Amino acid sequence: MNVVVCVKQIPDPADPGALEEDHTLKRTGKLILDESDSFGVEMALQLVDKAGGGDVTLVSMAPNDETSGLRTALAMGAAKAVLVSDPALAGAGALDTAKVLAAAIGRVEGADLILAATESSDGYTGTVPEQIAGVLDLPSITFAKHVEVADGTVSVQRQTELGYDQCESPLPAVVSVTAGVVEPRYPSFKGIMAAKSKPVDQVTVADLGIDASAVGAAGAGQQIVEVTPAPERQAGEIIEDDGEAHLKIIDFLDGLKVL
Amino acid sequence: MAEYVAPLRDMRFVLEHVVGLEELAKLEGFEHADPESVFGVLEEFGRLMSEVWSPTNPVGDAAGSTLVDGVVHTPPGFAEAYARYVEAGWPAVPFDPAYDGGGFPWLVGIVLQEMLNSANMALAMAPLLTQGAIDALVHHGTEEQRERYLKKMVTGEWTGTMNLTEADAGSDVGALRTRAVRQDDGTYRITGQKVFITFGDHDLADNILHLVLARTPDAPPGTKGISCFVVPKFLVGDDGALGERNDVVVLSIEHKMGIKASPTCVLEYGGRSQGAVGYLVGEEHAGMSAMFTMMNNARLGVGVEGLGLAERAYQRAAEFAGERTQGRAPGAAAGQRSPIVEHPDVRRMLLTMRACTEAMRALCYYQASQIDLAARHPDAAARTTAGARAALLTPLVKSWCTDLAETVTSLGIQVHGGMGYITDTGVDQHYRDAKITQIYEGTNGIQAMDLVGRKVPMRGGAVVGDLLADVRSTVEELAGAGDAFGPMHRELAVAVDSVEQATAWLMERGLADPVDALAAATPYQRLLATTVGGWMMARSALAAGRLLAAGTDGDDDLAGLLEAKVITARFFADHLLPEVRGLLPAVTAGGADVMALTAAQLARP
Ligand SMILES: Cc1cc2nc3c(=O)[nH]c(=O)nc-3n(C[C@H](O)[C@H](O)[C@H](O)COP(=O)(O)OP(=O)(O)OC[C@H]3O[C@@H](n4cnc5c(N)ncnc54)[C@H](O)[C@@H]3O)c2cc1C
Repeated sequence: MNVVVCVKQIPDPADPGALEEDHTLKRTGKLILDESDSFGVEMALQLVDKAGGGDVTLVSMAPNDETSGLRTALAMGAAKAVLVSDPALAGAGALDTAKVLAAAIGRVEGADLILAATESSDGYTGTVPEQIAGVLDLPSITFAKHVEVADGTVSVQRQTELGYDQCESPLPAVVSVTAGVVEPRYPSFKGIMAAKSKPVDQVTVADLGIDASAVGAAGAGQQIVEVTPAPERQAGEIIEDDGEAHLKIIDFLDGLKVL
Repeated sequence: MAEYVAPLRDMRFVLEHVVGLEELAKLEGFEHADPESVFGVLEEFGRLMSEVWSPTNPVGDAAGSTLVDGVVHTPPGFAEAYARYVEAGWPAVPFDPAYDGGGFPWLVGIVLQEMLNSANMALAMAPLLTQGAIDALVHHGTEEQRERYLKKMVTGEWTGTMNLTEADAGSDVGALRTRAVRQDDGTYRITGQKVFITFGDHDLADNILHLVLARTPDAPPGTKGISCFVVPKFLVGDDGALGERNDVVVLSIEHKMGIKASPTCVLEYGGRSQGAVGYLVGEEHAGMSAMFTMMNNARLGVGVEGLGLAERAYQRAAEFAGERTQGRAPGAAAGQRSPIVEHPDVRRMLLTMRACTEAMRALCYYQASQIDLAARHPDAAARTTAGARAALLTPLVKSWCTDLAETVTSLGIQVHGGMGYITDTGVDQHYRDAKITQIYEGTNGIQAMDLVGRKVPMRGGAVVGDLLADVRSTVEELAGAGDAFGPMHRELAVAVDSVEQATAWLMERGLADPVDALAAATPYQRLLATTVGGWMMARSALAAGRLLAAGTDGDDDLAGLLEAKVITARFFADHLLPEVRGLLPAVTAGGADVMALTAAQLARP
């Protein structure tokens, strides 16, 4: 079985992030594998392992020919990668990204299953996987916490507020994976060394047959007008227990409409 | 408290610009260790250390290892942390591919060791001792022994121990009494008791290979009569399968001031039989030469323990100093409370910690690069030169890095104020852990005697001479490097003059009266090491200066690092290197007063 995993390479969240003049995130330095995507990679590796054969292929769109994050996922055990890197993609919105990734997935032969994270840690739009499914005209299942594949069918435990839905779909399909549902392996020494020579198919927008003026800032059809810092968290309210504290807590919860 | 974070930027700087990783990677056999691959490796290893090893460190300190029904149990989480390290193939990195090693330079292995020690020194001792045992077998074992034992040790599936010490034989290894009697089948039966054996038993691995020093019945007295044996916990069959349990028994484990998770065992060999089964490693009576082969590596390993602890202590102090507010720092607005990091005296402590740690790092990595060159350089003369340099630096690396670790970890507590003394804070652990590094693998006093007795006299003093010539050429370079390097130039020149005078005094007086040389050994060791530390800092600063002059291409992060390197080196020159001015008179004071009081006078309160 062959699994494609869409992975994003993002600025290290541990570093203080900076914005470009057009309010988009500065992505000039080294980019690392988005932790949200490490779960999809791990799940894919486990699925392929269980199926007894096949490859995990990564698909990524990133500026400046960046491969650092891809190398991490290749070191974990993915076999190869397709990287779309093109200056025309600067300022791309979610739908552009989905179109580009869908086209890149098209370059991978015999993809049975496409995994993605539910959302990236730097953008949080949370719509790309479903859009990819739309562009490719494939079934889409979201919020997977457990995935199994058998006889051309993928069965997914889809996380909900109350528990999970049991979903099934014929393959190929696009499944988005919730963060934290598997424990991503640490790359081994041999894995890291092997990753150096694993193939990365690097392509431009033109290679994918996409018109450069239809994507990126030019084609996004959106503009970031203003950015304001998130409000600082307010100090909490301290309730001294004079024997009646429980009533105040009930009032408080009632005010939040959670009771 | 934040977990340990590998100081990858500084590591990379030292590797690339101070010790010449790129050159090393050109040596035969190291080709795949190009800088990019090495940094990829360090990054991932650092993540494992932060996320998996570091959280186990305080747990180990609190729980310690325990002995239950003759079996040692390591603290919760240790077996898993060790397994992760083994499963990912990390122990193999610096070893020979012929035994499934990764074929990386020792230098890279040393960087990994630094991280292991910062994350959890007590646990890091298992791989450290295993490395010692591997070294002994690689250089002195038979091909058959290597086939049988090495691969599993290289992968970390089995661990190793080093058994020198006995109750009456510590610094004086030659006094050991463990007996080895040859059998008709060529094996030996070992009987005796070893004390203080690190990871002498544990639950991390399936088998333990004990490297044991013992005497054959006809052996001459002293170190010339010592032989080395490998004694497996479980005998290993021809097919590699584990067989019978050998007669090696843990009688007890010690309760210690630090590294509580590292089991320090009393091991009894052959107490319940005719002797534990052992196999001779190398020739009979040549056991000390096997030990000496490992010395450079093992002593560097202990120096790196000091480095790792210092780094961890610094990270915690720097974090705390930014959070704790107290008093008003000069220049702060009226009525405002300042984070303590704004107080000049706290800055002084932090910079001292940082400068010492950076100097230790440069020195340890430099030493590792010399070990690599001595093993791999294509030119025999270059190999000899590097080997002599490494031999000379060995006692310095071991003693200075561990002495500084004591200072730095103590400052780590000091920066925390009262909270530092409260065990919940946990910074006392690093200080308690650090103390042992000055004691084992040859006390720092024994290192000083090695330095003045064996190392300085090498080639009639020419090995020290060559080192000083190298330091002098850096002094000259500093002279033309501009005002920012002025203090480095001034103080390093004074330091190298001081060492020269001290060395001349030592060579002359030491020959005449050994008491003079032995009394001067420790201050001389400190003098030479501090000078070499200053040299390392100056080389780092010069490299940083060159890079800054070449331009950093808008990379503010890099520019910041490089500027900090120059400032930290200047701090070292202004505030720490002047120590040598007081050490020279201490060296040349001679031994008369040191020995003037009688032992009885010393014993009287
Ligand atoms: C936690 C721990 C782990 C250890 N792990 C191991 C291990 O795995 N394997 C192993 O074999 N050993 C191990 N050791 C033993 C360690 O190497 C010895 O404790 C050390 O070498 C010092 O020997 P000693 O304790 O007998 O002290 P002593 O030799 O009695 O020294 C006492 C003092 O006298 C000084 N001194 C002794 N002789 C001289 C001399 N000739 N000239 C000047 N000064 C002298 C010393 O410097 C020291 O200050 C360990 C010890 C500890 C505490």
